[in-house]
Amino acid sequence: MLSLSNRKKVIEQGELSFMEKLYLPVIAKGLGITVKHLFKRKVTIKYPEQKRSFAKIYRGLHVLKRDEQGRENCTACGMCAVACPAEAITMISAERKKGEEHLYREEKYASVYEINMLRCIFCGLCEEACPKDAIYLTDRTVDSEYNRDTFIYGKDKLVEKIDNRIDISQRKIKTEQKLDKLK
Amino acid sequence: MLPVLFIALSISAILCALGVVVSRNPIHSVLFLILTFFCISGHYILMNAQFLALVNIIVYAGAIMVLFLFVVMLLNLNKATEPHKSDMAKIAASITAGLLLMVMLGVIKGVSLPSFDGMMDSENGYVKNLGRVLFQDYLIPFELSSILFLAAMVGAVLLGKKNIEE
Amino acid sequence: MDSFLIYKAILVLVIFVVSLVIAMYSTILERKFAAWIQDRVGPNRTGPGGVLQPLADGVKMFMKEDIIPAHAHKFLFKAGPMIAMTTALMASVVIPFGKTLLIGGKEYALQVSDLNIGILYVFAMVSIGVYGIMIGGWASNNKFSLLGALRASSQMISYELAMSLSLISVIMASGTLSMSEIAQQQSGWHWNVITQPLSFIIFLICAFAETNRTPFDLPECETELIGGYHTEYSSMGLGLYLFAEYVNMFISSAVMVTLFFGGYNIPYIEKLGLAHNLETILGVLFFFVKTGFFILFFMWVRWTIPRFRFDQLMNLGWKYMIPLALINILVTGGLILIFDYFK
Repeated sequence: MLSLSNRKKVIEQGELSFMEKLYLPVIAKGLGITVKHLFKRKVTIKYPEQKRSFAKIYRGLHVLKRDEQGRENCTACGMCAVACPAEAITMISAERKKGEEHLYREEKYASVYEINMLRCIFCGLCEEACPKDAIYLTDRTVDSEYNRDTFIYGKDKLVEKIDNRIDISQRKIKTEQKLDKLK
Repeated sequence: MLPVLFIALSISAILCALGVVVSRNPIHSVLFLILTFFCISGHYILMNAQFLALVNIIVYAGAIMVLFLFVVMLLNLNKATEPHKSDMAKIAASITAGLLLMVMLGVIKGVSLPSFDGMMDSENGYVKNLGRVLFQDYLIPFELSSILFLAAMVGAVLLGKKNIEE
Repeated sequence: MDSFLIYKAILVLVIFVVSLVIAMYSTILERKFAAWIQDRVGPNRTGPGGVLQPLADGVKMFMKEDIIPAHAHKFLFKAGPMIAMTTALMASVVIPFGKTLLIGGKEYALQVSDLNIGILYVFAMVSIGVYGIMIGGWASNNKFSLLGALRASSQMISYELAMSLSLISVIMASGTLSMSEIAQQQSGWHWNVITQPLSFIIFLICAFAETNRTPFDLPECETELIGGYHTEYSSMGLGLYLFAEYVNMFISSAVMVTLFFGGYNIPYIEKLGLAHNLETILGVLFFFVKTGFFILFFMWVRWTIPRFRFDQLMNLGWKYMIPLALINILVTGGLILIFDYFK
């Protein structure tokens, strides 16, 4: 047959030589190889104490950002839900009342914002679609649960806590680079 | 102590031997036969013939009975495949067995057994003495029996080979 | 007489416990060793460095539900693991673990029973050991178990022959069947492995086959037979089977050390002029160090070599091991005659 790639290697397996037929020398060679591995560096990462570092652009659990004054960025425009290829995002919008200016940045906000983590494919399109810098994917992972219902994350789990802000500066840089490219 | 052991071993040997004949399941029969061999080995040990006892376990219980068990397991004998015997065969078998029993009874009646004094401190069963007896007094029968085994082995190999070629 | 009996009872108990503890720690050692060879760390969560893992495994085994499959033969299903474990433990009776201990002016041998046919006793126990596997495999009423049992029986019988034939040359050279006498004859550097290297290699290979260890673990090979003869077992039945394998490994290592590697004898220790009991204890330690090395060797080979195919196994046993052992017997006999002639 004609070789198309010219990378074909013909390996001939001839008769075993006398030394190979004796088995024992070959076995001794194998034992030598395994005993070398006894003293090699172990590749295991001892998980709870020692964690594998994520890549800077890792796309994990989402976060709904607040601005510097602690107000929610999201204005419930629905762009993320439209962009989402897995249709994992739903929301219900509501109008900001008087006296709530310190809670929400825009006049309209999401009273309910849910992401189904079982549907989500962590593509990051929601983040690109967002005009208000509200949603970002972080280097955190979704916890494992026993119940399917618990995978629908509401605002209680998605919105970042005021006293526990989540750093997304690395992702922001990357997103900006992407936008620059588009321009 | 010794008579008690002897009686216990004898009773269990007879019960196990009966089990071989009586049990319906061929696997049970083989297992009972193995137990019988163990009881017989116990008897040998009582007679201070440890070599014979252990060789009995190694050869009979450990090798031949394993092959028996192997074949019985492989054949998967059960009630459905049990061959049906005609009444004539049953009657013939009973008569033959009865005649054999008569012969055995006759032989046993003629034999005068030496009395057992319960003290078997002789070193007859030791390997050294056994070897001396086998290789000096009974050298020719011993070697002849080994040739017999060799002939049987060659025959078995020949039969096996012939089937493959055809 | 009474003190003698009490001493023997204590010795039996000690050897029983020691065999079980060594088997227990062989399980964790096996897992650790496998991990190290594969550049992993191995179990390290139970206790410091994972030393309590065998206890955790044992507790787990005991707490699991004991399932008897439908249409299994209940009595034999239960009896199989028990036979396997009992026969595995029984062989340690004739192994001389050390010289004698002087207690209150009396000498006590560190051997439960010095049978004048000790080697044959070991063989007898090994040959009965296959019944545990066969009965368990048949009683499970499962085709994989049955195949495992059949493989086990044919393999054990084939390699038992080569094993006993390989030892005949050792017996011829030493002129006795007693384990303690063979151990005594190897004092100093007169180890049998030096005079009988071929016999040792055949015995070693057969020991691998008899204990169902890789490369001869066909009766339980996971890839073809799921678990082989213990496919249907759960709970402590499975535990006993797995445990019996490690006990067998310990016993066969101990037999190898006794027969080929000088047993409890430390070369040139008599020149130090130590007290009798101290010398004995050092000898016992030396014995266990050597045994431990062979247990490690069993594991080392297991994680190096893949499994043989069944026809390869049978070819190796019948066409190479047995003829080699026979040639070895002939050569040894000839050499003994020549030495006797020139004496």
